[in-house]
Amino acid sequence: MEKSINITLKVWRQRGPKAKGAFETYQLNNVSTDSSFLEMMDQLNEQLVAERKEPVVFDHDCREGICGMCSLYINGHPHGPDEDITTCQLHMRKFKDGDTITIEPWRSHGFPVIRDLMVDRGAFDKIIQAGGYVSVNTGGMPDANAIPIPKPKADLAMDAASCIGCGACVAACKNGSAMLFVSAKVSQLALLPQGRAEAAARAKAMVAKMDELGFGNCTNTGACEAQCPKNVSISNIARLNREYLCAKLAD
Amino acid sequence: MSTETIKINSKIPEGPLAEKWTNYKAHQKLVNPSNKRRLDVIVVGTGLAGASAAATLGELGFNVLNFCIQDSPRRAHSIAAQGGINAAKNYQNDGDSVYRLYYDTIKGGDYRAREANVHRLAEVSNDIIDQCVAQGVPFAREYGGSLANRSFGGAQVSRTFYAKGQTGQQLLLGAYSALSRQVQKGSVKLYTRREMLDLVVVDGKARGIIVRNLVTGKIERYAAHAVVIGTGGYGNTFFLSTNAMGSNGSAAWQVYKKGAYFANPCYAQIHPTCIPVHGSGQSKLTLMSESLRNDGRIWVPKKLEDAKALQAGKLRGRDIPEEDRDYYLERRYPAFGNLVPRDVASRAAKERCDAGFGVNNTGLAVFLDFSDAINRLGKDVVEARYGNLFQMYEKITDSNPYEEPMMIFPAIHYTMGGIWVDYELQTSIPGLFCIGEANFSDHGANRLGASALMQGLADGYFVLPYTIQNYLADEIRTPRFSTELPEFIEAEKNINERIEKLMSIQGKQSVDSLHKALGLIMWDFVGMGRTEAGLKKALVEIQRIKKEFWSDVFIPGDAKDLNTELEKALRLADFIEIGELMARDALHREESCGGHFREEYQTPEGEALRQDDKFMYVGCWKYTGEDQEPELLKEELNYEFTKVQQRNYK
Repeated sequence: MEKSINITLKVWRQRGPKAKGAFETYQLNNVSTDSSFLEMMDQLNEQLVAERKEPVVFDHDCREGICGMCSLYINGHPHGPDEDITTCQLHMRKFKDGDTITIEPWRSHGFPVIRDLMVDRGAFDKIIQAGGYVSVNTGGMPDANAIPIPKPKADLAMDAASCIGCGACVAACKNGSAMLFVSAKVSQLALLPQGRAEAAARAKAMVAKMDELGFGNCTNTGACEAQCPKNVSISNIARLNREYLCAKLAD
Repeated sequence: MSTETIKINSKIPEGPLAEKWTNYKAHQKLVNPSNKRRLDVIVVGTGLAGASAAATLGELGFNVLNFCIQDSPRRAHSIAAQGGINAAKNYQNDGDSVYRLYYDTIKGGDYRAREANVHRLAEVSNDIIDQCVAQGVPFAREYGGSLANRSFGGAQVSRTFYAKGQTGQQLLLGAYSALSRQVQKGSVKLYTRREMLDLVVVDGKARGIIVRNLVTGKIERYAAHAVVIGTGGYGNTFFLSTNAMGSNGSAAWQVYKKGAYFANPCYAQIHPTCIPVHGSGQSKLTLMSESLRNDGRIWVPKKLEDAKALQAGKLRGRDIPEEDRDYYLERRYPAFGNLVPRDVASRAAKERCDAGFGVNNTGLAVFLDFSDAINRLGKDVVEARYGNLFQMYEKITDSNPYEEPMMIFPAIHYTMGGIWVDYELQTSIPGLFCIGEANFSDHGANRLGASALMQGLADGYFVLPYTIQNYLADEIRTPRFSTELPEFIEAEKNINERIEKLMSIQGKQSVDSLHKALGLIMWDFVGMGRTEAGLKKALVEIQRIKKEFWSDVFIPGDAKDLNTELEKALRLADFIEIGELMARDALHREESCGGHFREEYQTPEGEALRQDDKFMYVGCWKYTGEDQEPELLKEELNYEFTKVQQRNYK
């Protein structure tokens, strides 16, 4: 049944990548516990606009946990305190009346702040562009059933492919490493026969690009896996390391 | 001007239905490789249609400029499609064929689509699956290693390929990877966080676009030899829909105002299985995949007093004994049961709820029950099939669908109407093409499940890259354009004036509050059940909203800066006008067909009643100026190969 709570929000506000940011505190009343976290943010913004102030800027789009656009570091957790979901799927029933909620952007060298809670994740696109694909042109492909793929392998590839590119792994990592993101794509394609032909070149190119863009190294803390909204496993990182080592040894 | 003066030419090729596309390809003009490099193509949108088109055009050697409003092309809302993609592979040996997929699609569309387009769609459907598998899309597989299929509404065969409940995501990431490869090669240049605000037409041909850089607020001009719009549908006119928050109809609306016809705007699909509305703060509606109807059974109580107890929270769904449940889809449509097409299932839910049998506190919900499936197959199998959907449902509603039946209600999901295109996917403006959901072409009055992904990728991978060459072949002598041409300067000036006007209103109402007001009008009068009186009222009410918007909206901040309220305001200005055109089109179409249900036109059993003698045409609206009534043009639909019947799923 619907009930409502009153909360205090501490929200990070920052005009631009070079500007100095600070927390602003807002009181927000009558928040329905059935509303999603982002609907609560909408309510805050409606309140700010009613006070003729500029709303808090944050990225969001599909609001069903699949586009990877929403971010937010909520009370010290990427995508908030609930497990296996994105911020847009977090609901206010997870909070209590009188709670203070701290909201920050992803904080990582690889993701500069654009405004308030919105960050630039263009680095992820650049890593994919470096080799996150099978090099086939449109047309002239063999029948889809021509190559049987054992179900366990296809399922593993699917699990890796479920990465939504939100960047929570980088935000969660004390080193700001993008290894979970990179390994998910490398694994998906390395597990499938279609992706094997370029597996070595792909692993090398994507890792090189990740390093070039200033993401940190992986020290196996496992924070990325713990905070990943899609449960992408760090066994993918082990697979990436194997692919990368084999590729380098072959050189 | 009378409707007779402009003849609509759909450019359908000659020959038998199954040979038209082959004939077209055999005789179309092509552009040789050295000339391709000199031709620029703008593609707006990076969803399934936009990304696949941009990637393929880049592979062919064209110089492509690709725009999206999100931070990355991978965010486009195609990503949210859950259930699957249709293809006529007949891997299940259950009698499928290109013809049957064609027939199901044209029948599902209530005989309001073009035969030739739909047949082409069915023909290329198989190539799409081959292409995606080659890209490394991890479709679901059987233990033997072959591809798995599931069934979807409106079909009696299993032809839907899927990747868990994330098929759209996987297909989009496939197209995104192909696109990324071209970006790396330099054949595609990406422009993210850019929103198209106008089309530039030079000497009658589409030659460029004006965009707003959403980070800096700067207005930018881009020129090309051809422009492709793949910006999706306009379902967010209703405020609440299953679309993403940023999904909008503005690119389509701008090209309409520049002379492209807008076809069948009233054909909007209401999806039967969405999570019901929770309250006034609701920002969007979440779809539960239609694939759930494979194993879930839809019901409401037989007895009104049980429904009342459910609404009051005194009874729970599982407390109602089997004999007191009304599985109304199985009762009314024994042949298709819970797998009737979306429009039929949505209306049936509305009919029960209107009669007082709704099962939640608002009375606007029905049950989707998995208890039979769990008993029959075991919880493990149900979890393997729908686990991620069940998890999503529980996170949103705090109710466990393994224990309690789900509650669902229809919501606006997809718009079949859109920019009119001919067989070549070219609009009525030469050099302007439109693909995917943004065009009107293949779904008629109702789209079948798992066909949107098919159409988006068909257009982008296999149709547009051919047909656009038939146009570009005549452009090889046209040098690159300067964006200093007077048409570009004029277009930018108009945009700046429009933005200044919006910023200077400084009224009292927020953009969202006005959008919600528009949405309520749309849902009440231009939603699932439409009447002449209601639509006339909608037209008056929408005018009122328009006036309020342009006199009382408040946008804080600066226009030459990142400004999310301004972004929403620019979109809402267009949604208001789109809503008006939807109502106008719905009012003129005095029949019921597919997603357009006029209550005056129904059979005694409450089924949609078409008026084929009067409305067997595509309603194409031509813009005639600000605050002028648009002109209606008609493209007659000539069914040469298929017998037109009343749809029957009984």
